[in-house]
Amino acid sequence: MDDVLIAPDIDYLAVAPMIIVGVTAVVGVLVEAFAPRRPRRGIQLVLTFGALIAAFVVLISQAGTRVITGSLAIDGPSLVLQGLILLIAIVSAMLMAERRVDPAGDAFSPRASALPGSEEERVLSTRGFMQTEVWPLMLFAVVGMMLFTAANDLLVMFIALEIMSLPLYLLAGMSRRRRLLSQEAALKYFILGAFSSAFFIFGAAMLYGFSGTISLPGIADALSANPGQTPLIFIGFGLVVIGLLFKVGAVPFHQWVPDVYQGSPSAVTAFMAAAVKVAAFGALLRFLYVAFGGARWDWQPALWIIAIATMLVGSILAITQTDIKRMLAYSSIAQAGFILVGVIAVNPEGVAAVMFYLAAYGFATLGAFAVISLVRQDGGEATHLSNWAGLGKRSPVLALSMSLFMLSFAGIPLTSGFIGKFTVFEAAILADAVPLVIVGVIASIIAAFFYVRVIVLMFFTEPAEVGPTVVLPSVFTTLVLAISVAVTVILGVFPQPVLDLVEQANVFLR
Amino acid sequence: MNAYAPIFVLALLAAGFAVFSVTLTSFTGPKRYNRAKVDAYECGIEPTPQPLGGGRFPVKYYLTAMMFIIFDIEIVFLYPWAVAFDQLGLFAFIAMMLFLVNLAVPYVYEWRRGGLDWD
Repeated sequence: MDDVLIAPDIDYLAVAPMIIVGVTAVVGVLVEAFAPRRPRRGIQLVLTFGALIAAFVVLISQAGTRVITGSLAIDGPSLVLQGLILLIAIVSAMLMAERRVDPAGDAFSPRASALPGSEEERVLSTRGFMQTEVWPLMLFAVVGMMLFTAANDLLVMFIALEIMSLPLYLLAGMSRRRRLLSQEAALKYFILGAFSSAFFIFGAAMLYGFSGTISLPGIADALSANPGQTPLIFIGFGLVVIGLLFKVGAVPFHQWVPDVYQGSPSAVTAFMAAAVKVAAFGALLRFLYVAFGGARWDWQPALWIIAIATMLVGSILAITQTDIKRMLAYSSIAQAGFILVGVIAVNPEGVAAVMFYLAAYGFATLGAFAVISLVRQDGGEATHLSNWAGLGKRSPVLALSMSLFMLSFAGIPLTSGFIGKFTVFEAAILADAVPLVIVGVIASIIAAFFYVRVIVLMFFTEPAEVGPTVVLPSVFTTLVLAISVAVTVILGVFPQPVLDLVEQANVFLR
Repeated sequence: MNAYAPIFVLALLAAGFAVFSVTLTSFTGPKRYNRAKVDAYECGIEPTPQPLGGGRFPVKYYLTAMMFIIFDIEIVFLYPWAVAFDQLGLFAFIAMMLFLVNLAVPYVYEWRRGGLDWD
């Protein structure tokens, strides 16, 4: 037997953060199977935070690693983005662990299959049952996201996409309040997500047909060896990019975003909005830069159109929204457009700018949804904008932090959003994409309107007679708010350390 | 184009077989209808009437179906591995054992949480 399979050479230390989170997720499933009901939540909390923090510490010790191990590329961008995903996951896990704001328990239904308002549900709630499966599900999603940013071939990228998406479909449907809206969100997300996965894998098959390999550097080599364009490469590229742009929430693949963001429990929406964007942009950057960096002149025009449409549609439709979660969903579409401007630059500055923008956007989003989870009426969240009138008089601290997040989204100086927009537009100007930057600035001005409107509503409008109450949270949500405010201010006032970090880590290994 | 010829032949054969068997049975088969035969096919549950007020109807078969998929996938991967065991070596052995452990976890979970109790 001379054709013995050669075992792939795996750098286990480089992939250790993913292994830690993944193994803990599996252990979490076993805890669900064997641990008695009462201590389950405590065990899961220890496991989740322990795994996320341990993975982050190991990741920090890997700083500077540049290695291709099997189908994964552990390089600057993947390390930075994985670290960002872990930090966002730690903060959103705190938001998910919050138990004091809802009088009935945490944000999740004790049994998502129970009919809303039924006797079964009432019994489960009064006995204090909790849905503890959310913790392993979240860890699985985190593994998928980390894998997504490091995947160096199309099959691993697809598997990562599925590991990331499937738990999120479930988490979206588990809301304790407004269950039907939540289940609708889960179903929509699942069906449209499955559709986009099909696009992705079909495109991957086309690219394999063209190049005879699924590895991203291999596709780049095949492209430079056969410069003549064939239909296969066009179809394959288009289908894979559609699959990725769907996860990003770019126009015209954005229809799921408002419904899913509105229907999911706020803690899950925060996690989804912040972390999925990081992972999906990581994969999009690697796919475009490593496999198609040489063919940039062919795809840049298409992405120009998508970026312009995303910025304008997101900003304009957000103006008409009356629900704050829906408004933030359209705002996240607009933000995806701004990040796409950095992606289109195809230079190291663009990679650094996208990573910085993702960090700034992620933490402001976590903070904004934390605020939303605290403004409540009749037990549930009061998400209609009219309920937010005069909030600044009732709870100045909360309204001030919400204003800070809104200003950061709008890109006002001294907030993280300003530095993010600045670096992204700077990278685009370096790549001679001046018209794109002009559209970006116009879209920012449009977007500033509805962000500032929330501030005006909170501080300069008389509160309604029967308004929502602002619930005093436990230490978990308080910490989330403190961290988000701190990151938003620090990234806006002293961005240099983080800018240095992303500038050192802005080259993809290939 | 010649490389694709067997695929076209296969497609023609498959389509021909389907058309042939459907038309032949409609001529030769006996036609004795009963209620179950004209019902919509719904995996063994009664599609109508729905419980009043949109109540719950049993979907226990679906847990069994998921269990089937777990073992189905397991076999799909075990066969080629067993056939090429000699060439694959220790790395593949460990990888396969890890795969089996990972497959056992959802099985144990479903068992412990009552997914296998029919009533």
